[in-house]
Amino acid sequence: MPLPDDPRIDPGLLAQREVERLPPGLFEWRVAEVVQLASSRNGRAHPRLSKHGRWQDEVIAREIEPGARVLDLGCGDGQLLERLQREQKVQGQGVEIDAKAVLAATLRGVSVFQADLGEGLRRFPDGSFDVVILEETLQTLAKPRLMLGEMLRVGRRGIVSFPNFAHWRVVVNLVAHGRMPVTERLPYPWYDSDNIHPFTLQDLLDWVDASGVRIVAGHSFAEGSVRALRPEDNLHAEEVLVVVERK
Amino acid sequence: MNLAPAHAGIHSRLASSGPGSDQNPRPSREPLGSVGSTKAKTIRLVTADAPFGLELGGRIGPIDVEYETYGTLSERRDNVVLVAHALSGDAHAAGWDTNAQDTGRLWRTRKPGWWDAVIGPGKAIDTEKYFVICPNVLGSCYGTTGPSSVDPTSGPTSPTPYGLRFPKVTIGDWAELHVRLLDTLGIDRLYAVVGGSVGGQQALEMALRFPDRVERTIIMAASARLSAQGLSFNAVGRTCILNDPHFLGGDYYGKEPPAAGLASARMLAHITYLSDEGMQEKFGRRLEAGTLAPSGGFGVEFAVEGYLAHQGKRFVERFDANSYLYLTRAMDYYDASVWGGGDITEACRRIQARVLIVSFDSDWLCPPESCRDLALALIKSGKKVTYANVSSRFGHDSFLLEPQTVAGIMNGFLAN
Repeated sequence: MPLPDDPRIDPGLLAQREVERLPPGLFEWRVAEVVQLASSRNGRAHPRLSKHGRWQDEVIAREIEPGARVLDLGCGDGQLLERLQREQKVQGQGVEIDAKAVLAATLRGVSVFQADLGEGLRRFPDGSFDVVILEETLQTLAKPRLMLGEMLRVGRRGIVSFPNFAHWRVVVNLVAHGRMPVTERLPYPWYDSDNIHPFTLQDLLDWVDASGVRIVAGHSFAEGSVRALRPEDNLHAEEVLVVVERK
Repeated sequence: MNLAPAHAGIHSRLASSGPGSDQNPRPSREPLGSVGSTKAKTIRLVTADAPFGLELGGRIGPIDVEYETYGTLSERRDNVVLVAHALSGDAHAAGWDTNAQDTGRLWRTRKPGWWDAVIGPGKAIDTEKYFVICPNVLGSCYGTTGPSSVDPTSGPTSPTPYGLRFPKVTIGDWAELHVRLLDTLGIDRLYAVVGGSVGGQQALEMALRFPDRVERTIIMAASARLSAQGLSFNAVGRTCILNDPHFLGGDYYGKEPPAAGLASARMLAHITYLSDEGMQEKFGRRLEAGTLAPSGGFGVEFAVEGYLAHQGKRFVERFDANSYLYLTRAMDYYDASVWGGGDITEACRRIQARVLIVSFDSDWLCPPESCRDLALALIKSGKKVTYANVSSRFGHDSFLLEPQTVAGIMNGFLAN
């Protein structure tokens, strides 16, 4: 048993996560659901994510108010900010570690601050942005919880999108093959993956509960389309996007 | 009476020191992307009867400013890029100086302007698109009035250079004077102001002082103010000059100049412009050519010693010791936060220009953290900023020596 006074350990969460503490029948019910999903979809073409490009960009563009001050963490080549600047007239600022991406974003007319998000946003002032975006970035960071806290310190709202590691295909992959999953959106084997902190929708909801945060809006990419987040999505959503703010 | 006496001294030293015999290696065909032959202009911006009020008090006049321009001013006068040079820089930023022989600036026959890699047709600061102006700063020794210029109060019978009677100048004064130059040329707004090192500080100062006249600012290897370490390097450099027996309280013109002191100052400064890694790679512990084994003496034995001695000697041929004192002091005194009552974030609220800040990871004179702090102050003040930390082994001088990397980001920033 780990020492309970380790600040990273929440004893409440530990207790909840022991299999035998699940309500009677729930474990069997969940396993049956995964088995059923796996056998019914087996052989059917898997809806290709690539067709949908970065569906998150579309959703984010709708979630952001015109003229907002937007900080995009891990902004890459600045595509999203360029779009938001053009369509929503936002005051956009990106943060990116990769030099080539910084150059590409600059060429697009996007302002980028070259920095390592692993060092947090310590020097960024409180409440300096309306919205802080973490698009497909959180699971790549060494200290995701630190970044979640920073996101809502620096911004009034946060937008987090991530691959859901509890998606049934990932679960089946893991159970059936006994290996870390390699999928279209998680294309690299474990030793080459940037996703050093895989987490699930339920994991994020736990953080929301524990951190005085509420979910303003949620969207998922599930069964080949983008839709509002549903209660069963921990198993069904391949990718998730939530908008959060402090209570 | 403006320039000739001051430069006669430098000229005569050069003529006797030998490099006058250098063949001009300038290629017969211009290399691609060169602005070609250039010729500096000199303009009397301030007359004796309407002297220029200085930031630290006092007035000075007349003031001549030497500047070069490249490219063509657009009809709407909206394509002007002002380039601010560094401590030992000059107005000759690009191309080949056709006047090098006449002015005695013979080193210019050996190499093009100091930012030739960046300024020219098709280059980062594209002279097909932009009208580039590079003026020499007040207090320097390259054609703009400075301590080696004749002091008008010395009288026509015995014209004497200012020496240390030259008033203290600041980066703010440089900015004011260069805006006066723009006024004279009929230019209202700058498409961009660009500079590295103390030139970067001038670029920042222009964006702070004239927010409605500057649209873009590019600040390279520069921060809002010098650190204690930076102040220390300048102090040692000045001490070398002040302690040289030939310094004579600054009145050495027409006599033996304080060459040893100025050379020592340059040797120290040069180390701060490079990086440990870069020096290790270039010289390591290699012995100077011709040195078979250490002799136990104190002359030049290691290759790096020979290199620094050479740098010192070259510098003495082209720079004035008094100017070195004045310009390093201007650098010491600069603090952009005065625009915000000591708070740099408050100061940044004034800026209307879009800002690009570039630091270099091996720069220990103006470390990336200090550049990042300036970028963060801009973000705190609600401004957008592009900040890039370029990986380079060339230290502080990377802004001169990394043209490809620097050009890419500058080009992208200027295009938008």
